[in-house]
Formats: sequence, structure tokens, C-alpha cells
Amino acid sequence: MTIKNISGVLLAATLLAGCAAPKTLYNWDHYQTTLYQYYQQDGVSTEQQIATLNQTVETSRAKNKAVPPGLHAQLSLLYAKSGRPDQAFTEFNTEKRLFPESARFMDFLMAKDKGSFK
Amino acid sequence: MKRILGLVAATAVLLLSGCAKKAPYDYAAFHESKPASILVPPPVNQSPDVKASHSVLSTATLPLAEAGYYVFPVAVVEETFQQNGLSNANDIRAVSLPKLHQIFGADAVLYLDIVQYGTSYRVIDSETRVTVNARLLDLRNGKALWSGSATASSNENSNNSGAGLLGMVINAAIAQIANTLSDKGFDVGAITNTRLLSAGHDGAILYGPRSPHYASQR
Repeated sequence: MTIKNISGVLLAATLLAGCAAPKTLYNWDHYQTTLYQYYQQDGVSTEQQIATLNQTVETSRAKNKAVPPGLHAQLSLLYAKSGRPDQAFTEFNTEKRLFPESARFMDFLMAKDKGSFK
Repeated sequence: MKRILGLVAATAVLLLSGCAKKAPYDYAAFHESKPASILVPPPVNQSPDVKASHSVLSTATLPLAEAGYYVFPVAVVEETFQQNGLSNANDIRAVSLPKLHQIFGADAVLYLDIVQYGTSYRVIDSETRVTVNARLLDLRNGKALWSGSATASSNENSNNSGAGLLGMVINAAIAQIANTLSDKGFDVGAITNTRLLSAGHDGAILYGPRSPHYASQR
């Protein structure tokens, strides 16, 4: 076997290995389905949605992968809806820390005087 | 007769060469704008299915985030509009771009229009089809950056293996859905969105700053 052949096999193996593990930037788990469930009036309870999203945060940590943009803010919304403003603020701040792009909106949501939208 | 045949042949050649030489998508405004964050307000729904809007909205984040953008939390955004008296997608679309920029601090806004959503029953089989149009606008100067359209159907062969990143992201979108929901419109909508909003081919949205492929495109 010539060196050329070996490198060909190595290249093929590398390509195959690359295909086997699709690389995404974020650990999604059930984030999008939880979003959809949020809108279904008769569906999954707020508590269950909170549990699912917190589980996604856990598995992300275990896999050493980033949590998708918006997930912590969604948790915040669910905490606010169930009367836990302290936890809601914690999650808004986490979203802001992980994604500085969200800073102005997160500050708007946490401001006491939000001002008029129109 | 000969002349007519000649004309037909010439026309055919023109048409064929037209197909072959498709002009590449003009990304000039997009390259200049360099958006890092995208706001996705609730889609305008032209289909008769009331579930369409939230179905499409809840699957828009994955492809855009995987393309490298910060995507604003869609349900929190919608709630913010509602608390300000805007519960209708058309009313939300009427909000001025400077106002959106001021409240959200987003670089760009993505307007989605659902043209088709749902199942049509036919004699031999039935099909679920979702078609979405998208327009990306710069929130700082109002310039149009990109537009696209995509359709997915439940009747397609869903074998996407080997289709590159797009296929992998589509597979990821399906895998997460399969276990928890059996809502065909949601599934097909997710594929439509992934096709519409993934980066990496001509005519697609460009990669954003959080992607390792950022700025690798012309």
C-alpha cells in the first residue's frame, strides 16, 4: 500500500467521522417543542415547561454545549407567569450575560417604568 | 415552416442558457449591514389554520441561531407586543422600524408570511404542505437585506443524509420533534423554516457572527 492510498483512507475516515456527529452550535433538546406547547392552552402545564427547560440547561452543562439563545428568557417568562419574579429576574440576567446582544431588551423587561411602546 | 422551427430552436437555446446561468444572489446590502441579532415578530398568517402562526414562530429560532445569529426570545417578544396592546400580527408589522430598534436593540427584523399551511385531502393521498416567505430588514436604516421563500411537504422523501449542514440541521429539527409531538403541521413547518432560514447555499441567509463560517462568504 502506498502512502497515497493510506492518506486516502484516512481522509475518507475523517469525512465519515465528521458526518456521524452533526455539529450544532447549541444543545436544543426540546426547546422548540416547549415553545410550541407554551401556546397550546390545553396542553402541557407551566410547571412541566419549566422542568423541561431546566433539564435542557442541565444536559447542556453535561454535554459542555451552549444553551440556545432565548431559552433563559423563556424560562423567565414562565417564572413570571407563575408568580416568581425573583427567579424571572435571575433568568433575564443569565440571558443577558450569555448573549450581550439581548442587553437592551432584557433591561427594558426588568425596568420598573417601561415607558410607552407606541 | 423552417423559419418557425428556427425560431423555436433559438428560443429554446435562450431559455436553456438562461437556466444554466442563474445570477448569484446580491448580498451587497447584507455584507454592509453585518447584523448580529435578529428579531422575529409573530408571522402574518394567510392560511386558514389558526395554529400556523405559533407553529412557524416556535421553529424559526433553531436555523437562525445555528446560522450564527442571536435570535430574540420569540414568546417573550410576542408577550411584550401584547402588553402594549398589539396582539395582531398585522398591527405589529405596522410598528415603525426605529421603534423596534429602540425597544429591542436588534440589528435586524425578520418578517415572516405564511402563504400555505395545512393538509389537503385528495382521492389517493393527503399531504401537509407549509410555505413561508421571509424578508430581513436592517432596523438601523430600514434597508432590505435579504428575502427568501421555502416550501416543505409531508409527501417528500425525507432522506436528508449526506445533504451537508442543511440536512444535518433538518435532521436535528425532526429528531427533537418526533418524540414529543405528533403534529404534522409543526413537523413540516420546522422543515420549511430550516430550509428557509439556514445559511450555507446561494440565495440563503448569510452566516452570522456566532458561526465559525462567519465572513467566509462572498
